[in-house]
Amino acid sequence: MSRQIGDVILDLQSISLRFGGVKALTDISFDIREHEVRAIIGPNGAGKSSMLNVINGVYHPQDGKILYRGVERKKMEPHMAASTGIARTFQNIALFKGMSVLDNIMTGRTLKMKSNLLLQALWFGPAQKEELEHRRKVEEIIDFLEIQHIRKTPVGRLPYGLQKRVDLGRALAMEPQILLLDEPMAGMNVEEKQDMCRFILDVNDQFGTTIVLIEHDMGVVMDISDRVVVLDYGKKIGDGLPDEVRANPEVIKAYLGAGH
Amino acid sequence: MPTQANFSSLDGLHTFPRLLFHHAKTRPDAPAMREKSLGIWQTWSWADVADRVRALACGLAALGFKRGDNLAIIGDNRPHLYMMMTAAQCLGGVPVPLYQDAVANEMLFVLQDAGVRFVVVEDQEQVDKMLEVKDQVTTLEQIVYDDPRGMRHYNQVFLHDIHELMEMGRIHDRNHPDFLNTEVEKGHFDDVSVMLYTSGTTGKPKGVCQTHAAFIAAAQGGVQVDKMTADGDILSYLPMAWVGDHLFSFAQAMVAGFTINCPESAETVMTDLREIGPTYYFAPPRVFESLLTSVMIRMEDAGQIKQKLFHHFMAVAKRCGGDILDGKPVAAADRFQYWLGNLLIYGPLRNVLGMSRIKVAYTAGAAIGPELFAFYRSIGINLKQLYGQTETCAYVCLQPDGQVKSDTVGAPAPGVEIKIADNGEVLVKGPMLLKEYYKRPDATAETINPEGWFMTGDAGFIDEDGHLKIIDRAKDVGKLANGAMFAPNYIENKLKFFQHIKEAVCFGHDRAEVCAFINIDVGAVGNWAERRNIAYSGYADLAGKAQVLELIKTCIEEVNASLAHDAMVADSQIHRFLVLHKELDPDDDELTRTRKVRRNFIAEKYKVLIDALYEGKTNQYIETEVKFEDGRRGKVAADLKIIDVKTFPVARKAA
Repeated sequence: MSRQIGDVILDLQSISLRFGGVKALTDISFDIREHEVRAIIGPNGAGKSSMLNVINGVYHPQDGKILYRGVERKKMEPHMAASTGIARTFQNIALFKGMSVLDNIMTGRTLKMKSNLLLQALWFGPAQKEELEHRRKVEEIIDFLEIQHIRKTPVGRLPYGLQKRVDLGRALAMEPQILLLDEPMAGMNVEEKQDMCRFILDVNDQFGTTIVLIEHDMGVVMDISDRVVVLDYGKKIGDGLPDEVRANPEVIKAYLGAGH
Repeated sequence: MPTQANFSSLDGLHTFPRLLFHHAKTRPDAPAMREKSLGIWQTWSWADVADRVRALACGLAALGFKRGDNLAIIGDNRPHLYMMMTAAQCLGGVPVPLYQDAVANEMLFVLQDAGVRFVVVEDQEQVDKMLEVKDQVTTLEQIVYDDPRGMRHYNQVFLHDIHELMEMGRIHDRNHPDFLNTEVEKGHFDDVSVMLYTSGTTGKPKGVCQTHAAFIAAAQGGVQVDKMTADGDILSYLPMAWVGDHLFSFAQAMVAGFTINCPESAETVMTDLREIGPTYYFAPPRVFESLLTSVMIRMEDAGQIKQKLFHHFMAVAKRCGGDILDGKPVAAADRFQYWLGNLLIYGPLRNVLGMSRIKVAYTAGAAIGPELFAFYRSIGINLKQLYGQTETCAYVCLQPDGQVKSDTVGAPAPGVEIKIADNGEVLVKGPMLLKEYYKRPDATAETINPEGWFMTGDAGFIDEDGHLKIIDRAKDVGKLANGAMFAPNYIENKLKFFQHIKEAVCFGHDRAEVCAFINIDVGAVGNWAERRNIAYSGYADLAGKAQVLELIKTCIEEVNASLAHDAMVADSQIHRFLVLHKELDPDDDELTRTRKVRRNFIAEKYKVLIDALYEGKTNQYIETEVKFEDGRRGKVAADLKIIDVKTFPVARKAA
């Protein structure tokens, strides 16, 4: 692949997160480079989703620093993360079940809408022009994800694999710089997984989007990630290229189990 | 070799490029093609299309495409791919469309056989296939792709974006302004305009070479019969490599000048159909069947009043809808009811189906159930059948308006001659016959006899109205002991139109009478049994129930009654039958993977049953080995009852 992996875009330094007495994350440091596919793996309860939540500002770590493009990030709310270009999908799909695919993806454009509510409601002047522009963008995403046939179908009626794809579409509508994917392939069959892998790689390749993903399927992780960080009981036990991680005895012991 | 010498055309418009430029000149702003892109229908006028074809043709020439070269075309129905066909024809080349869902290795044979130098494909997926086989197709030089998505990292010099090709073409056109016109002028109606490969179910695929004259003649005939006009719309969604699509979406569109509409993707066809509302529509029977099923299922969920209305007016439609469509006399009361039904039910239903504007709809490719056929006609959709094959531009018989019957394929089309050979085979002659099989003079000689008749391989006869009735593949047709024709497939199809019968196998070749094996449809018969409180444990049990046998018997008697009406097949009435104790299954080699009956294998395997049928026994014990899906083997045994069926006196004795 010819895509150039750039400088560090997000640097996490000594992150610790506690919920009361429970230590979710302990002294974790790793970085994410621009345009790379970065995987976070680990057994159940290792702190992977907590890590994502720290990155997009849902949780606020008690210790540690987060540098975004070299600037230290203050305590922030999720919508602030979103406006700085970080989008995510959720392990349990978070879409509006009664709304069409098109409208769901359109919600991803909310932050980009500039005209005021009244004009939008009246479908007048600049609001009209703006919406046409957003619609074009959404249609491009629909085309990209090959979901034209369900454009007008309510999301609640779609099979799981397609809902996941719509979820990805909604995140892409933000035109994010960093895309956080929380188990994008959980519960999918082999074919759906292959499709999803292809879309993730295409996003990364065509838009240059940096991708951070949590995934359980080791085959997928090893195939599509540039670098992998391994968590276990809230601690980092490995970090590096897929092959290095695979060879790391501690990772094998903690994650893959003794038998592998 | 058939001759097209008597071909003549108005205004010298006897090749497709000339037709295209003629449309572009006389009605430049009329829509020629539409494609849905990013959710919006984009339109190309005839002038736009001509402009692009010109650019593409010059681009191909700049890349070194020469007169006589073959251009392989692989992809879904896309405007650019249709344009490429004409672009190749402009230069005296031959477009060779391939089935886009084939894997690379299946394409290999055709690419090698046609000695393809240039390929135009739709997208990255097809490019990858070409790269996979490029080493083996030594002639292959240049690949052009339509959709640039995912192609950024392909840097091979022989790959070209179609827009890049058009740009090259425009430069070439500026430098050599007379070039293209001269090339188009050189085109002759007897040149090969397209090469369509037969599917090759028997042996290797063969390239069927069709001339401009042949396809234009076929298109003109169809346009004339159905009075098609330039303001029509067709949805082009069937594979471009299939002769039907080439006739409807390419040749007829060029001749009549109507608009072709390319769906957004294969999955959106039904939505696109509703949005476009074509005036001209083609679909194989199974599409019509699944549409009807979905209507019926949704009606079951509708409210009481709606259901009542629906069933009442469908009964009215069944009674008089077909006759009204055919312009036959209908009582005034029925006419009024139908008018009301049209307002309340049929109109909205046609709208939901996307068939509000349809003037003509065609089906072909397989036998269509009479009920299904009648349903569409009764709600005012002019559904008709046609008959033809790749070798005849899919143009042999058409059903003219007002003479539509569900069991014939219509009268010979304008310019077509039909003859039935002594063995029952349908022979065809006319301007639409193939020129030859590509590089296969042996095959050409085999299918076109010395008198110039094309041998279709289908057996049929011409009924009293002069309509052709196809009954079977000629090689499957046998003779009864008294010399009457025996067409097993024809009878089996009649049986299978009953929802209770899933499969049927008829025997009778060299025998005095016809006997049949039946497979019941567990779903339909099971449902029927439940409603009558008949308890059963599984297929074998259900198949042995006396009531079920009685049900099947009435079905067969109905078939016999209809066979008796037809002098040609009246002797093939079924005298005895049994219901098999197991379902015929491809895993047991009784059916092919496409679910066609393997007659000889079954005859061998169940020889005892056949003997029992013909010895006039009342029952027969049988034990059969079966393979389960997980590979285990088991045995099923049953004592099968043999039932005699009533036969009917022949209405008219065969000559």
